[in-house]
Amino acid sequence: MADTNFDVVIVGGGPGGYVAAIRAAQLGMKTAVVEAAHLGGICLNWGCIPTKALLRSAEIYHYMQKAKDYGLSCDNPSFDLDAVVKRSRGVSKQLNQGVGHLLKKNKVTVINGWGKLAGGSKGARKVAVTKDGKPVTELTGKHVILATGARARELPGLEADHKLVWTYRDALVPNTMPKKLLVIGSGAIGIEFASFFNTLGAETTVVEVMERVLPVEDAEISAFAKKAFEKQGMKILAGASVKELKRGKDTVTCVVEQKGKTQEITVDRVISAVGIVGNVEDIGLEGTKIKVDRTHVQTNEWSETDEPGVYAIGDLTGPPWLAHKAEHEGVICIEKIAGLKGVHPLAVERIPGCTYCHPQVASIGLTEEKAKAAGHDVKVGRFSFIGNGKAIALGEPEGLVKTVFDAKTGELLGAHMIGAEVTELIQGYSIAKALETTEEDLMHTVFPHPTLSEMMHESVLDAFGKVIHM
Amino acid sequence: MAIKILMPALSPTMTEGTLSKWLLKEGDSVTSGDVMAEIETDKATMEFEAVDEGIIAKILIEGGTEGVAVNTPIAILAEEGEDVAKAAASAGESDASAAPAAKEPEAAKSEPAAPKPAAPGQPSAAAEKPAQSSGSGDRIFASPLARRMAENEGLDLAKLSGSGPHGRIVKRDIEEALSSGTGKASAPSEAPKAAAPAAAKASAPAAASVPSVDDPIFKMLPESESIPHTGMRKTIAKRLTESARDIPHFTLQVDVEIDKLLAMRKQLNERDGADYKISVNDFVIKATALALTRVPDCNVAYTDSAILKFKKVDMAMAVAIDGGLITPIIKDCASKGLATISKEAKTLAGKARDGKLTPEEYQGGTFTISNLGMFGVKSFTSIINPPQGGILSVGAGEQRAVVKDGALGMATVMSLSLAVDHRCIDGATGAALVKELKALIEDPIALML
Repeated sequence: MADTNFDVVIVGGGPGGYVAAIRAAQLGMKTAVVEAAHLGGICLNWGCIPTKALLRSAEIYHYMQKAKDYGLSCDNPSFDLDAVVKRSRGVSKQLNQGVGHLLKKNKVTVINGWGKLAGGSKGARKVAVTKDGKPVTELTGKHVILATGARARELPGLEADHKLVWTYRDALVPNTMPKKLLVIGSGAIGIEFASFFNTLGAETTVVEVMERVLPVEDAEISAFAKKAFEKQGMKILAGASVKELKRGKDTVTCVVEQKGKTQEITVDRVISAVGIVGNVEDIGLEGTKIKVDRTHVQTNEWSETDEPGVYAIGDLTGPPWLAHKAEHEGVICIEKIAGLKGVHPLAVERIPGCTYCHPQVASIGLTEEKAKAAGHDVKVGRFSFIGNGKAIALGEPEGLVKTVFDAKTGELLGAHMIGAEVTELIQGYSIAKALETTEEDLMHTVFPHPTLSEMMHESVLDAFGKVIHM
Repeated sequence: MAIKILMPALSPTMTEGTLSKWLLKEGDSVTSGDVMAEIETDKATMEFEAVDEGIIAKILIEGGTEGVAVNTPIAILAEEGEDVAKAAASAGESDASAAPAAKEPEAAKSEPAAPKPAAPGQPSAAAEKPAQSSGSGDRIFASPLARRMAENEGLDLAKLSGSGPHGRIVKRDIEEALSSGTGKASAPSEAPKAAAPAAAKASAPAAASVPSVDDPIFKMLPESESIPHTGMRKTIAKRLTESARDIPHFTLQVDVEIDKLLAMRKQLNERDGADYKISVNDFVIKATALALTRVPDCNVAYTDSAILKFKKVDMAMAVAIDGGLITPIIKDCASKGLATISKEAKTLAGKARDGKLTPEEYQGGTFTISNLGMFGVKSFTSIINPPQGGILSVGAGEQRAVVKDGALGMATVMSLSLAVDHRCIDGATGAALVKELKALIEDPIALML
């Protein structure tokens, strides 16, 4: 029997868990990862990555349809859904194997099975591992990190049946191309699938319970996105909720209520993307001091639970449900355990968020509304894609870069972008926030011409009345 | 191809230094290993040796220039066969921008750096305010946002410590300072008041304020000679001010009898073929190192998030040198024998006095010993050498009357005074070290165990 004593045992091999494991190994800790399904977790296997592969196909298809605009010809473009999905699965597989190699290279022990806290005390926590209900092993860790992630939330009456009503997981491997589709929820997951299927030609309706699509984004960005989606033929019902799903043989009739009025929409498929819940079940929390609030494990700023020596990171601990948040929490947690100097808790306002619908949306920090609510006297800058040479050359003249500054200190409070490639641009503002630059430093930063990034500069200039190209 | 000679970093922490003196002039030829100039770091004056061969085509930074940033071109070297004049000219142009980086000697002596002109695009309000300068000339690392917030709130960045990467002052440090009320810059209105001695006294306790060399009060005092601060003086002033102000010191005094130690010392030094001469101080160093290994809770440093307990004792010893003092280090002192310690101490003290210590020899240390016994000082206390947790002050060994078993007797007694940082060492812990130290010194045979 292999050694079962570890410095750190991590339950869950998603982006939070495997990154924490590699960092722990780098710091000389003997580390084990227990993973029940795939290394890389949802992100790599059923989330971020395969959806990006699908959306890339949709994007190219979209350009094929617009070939004429660029002086090219591409008559009757078409697609093979199975091939598109196959490519997406291939991408996930490649990366999944990559994670396996990384862990092996760092001498992290990977145990395939279901990990569960099984008693022990501070400094010697037990994790029982089972597979198909049969015990595999029991590990002892000086520290145990729970990184079991989250899954799609099920609302009563709207439960996925995986045939007519899909979760993100079913939508990633669709068995059919729906002619008509209804997506419940317009967060990142819902809107990305809506965008994918809409681009491929599905008549798509999005139902959002909040008053606007992409409700966590800045209101101006939401409004911009709504217009762009509607222009592409998407139907947006905001401030609306699905009251009932009448499931037929191969269709679903959705009863949607919006501002007191009820309508019935019949579609081929429904995607339910109404939020996510933490995977807190059957991981041995019962009988411990660990607190769970609305399916999320409660921790302090160092990811410590109320049970000494047990930590929780990533989606399991609550929003924002983002892989890069989990990764950073994992690294900080490990570095804190190792007693490294200069470790600080993760600052939520410095976590960027990206949504890969068409047009793309990316943001960091406070929205204008939230900045004002927090008592900031704000200066707001805006720059439209129409004023940017590269955007015009790309044939992507629609988009907006909005920046929000504190008028008194010049702190970049938030940045909100919509348009082509903004998900690749937002990191510039992430660095600006991390380095605590003020408007002055951003104004003095030289952005290369011709690039979309020039708009980031112009938006800052605009906030202080110095915009050049508008 | 002309070679630019850059200001060297003579220690890992050096960011700028004083180019004290050129030992070569333009036109002189150099070979690798020649000493070209003397450069003063924050700790010591060091010789700067040539790496390349050639002829000094041009000296870009004159001797006596303070605050020369590391990597600033200081001279141009023409390679063999190269036109010296051309080399000098070519380099002069390309480096014109580097010159303002160094303060001119005259400017540095008299007045603090003038506020920089506002950069284009800078809000005009910021330009009107005087530059946030501590006047010490040390560069303060702070994020732009932290600087702006400090300026808005009237905080003196020099009084704050940074929690960002490499000690950079960041937003959270400013927010912390604001909530705790620390780091307030002295109000500008106080400066004129200081002109009157009475008012100056009244406002004295406000902060670690330093009188200006132009303060009218000095006109009322006898004539004086002005000795400009050396890098070492600035470092001593800065570090010890911080230490005395920020570290809650307390001291523990103890008298130890050293007759047995003196006898043992005599015995050791008189051994046949002894190639060493062990001093009382060497015994104290060894005993303190051993005591620290037995009471490791005193071999510590206090940091923002943890007490660092060192696994070895690196003993710093204060050595008085021309113009200040320096603390060379005997590494892993507890594991070394008396003879080794004695030899190392001697070598290091000699090098210190000659200004030949390398940075590795004086940077670091987990604990310090300061001995003024040779001056006949009976007892004294020292200021902790941060980030260390404690410092031992050693007085003179002298014959004193002692009461033993109810009868008056005589013994050679030495007074020791231990100053410790109360943030990481509490009274009883410090006392345990003192007890252990006393036992080791009074029964020095135990040092051999």
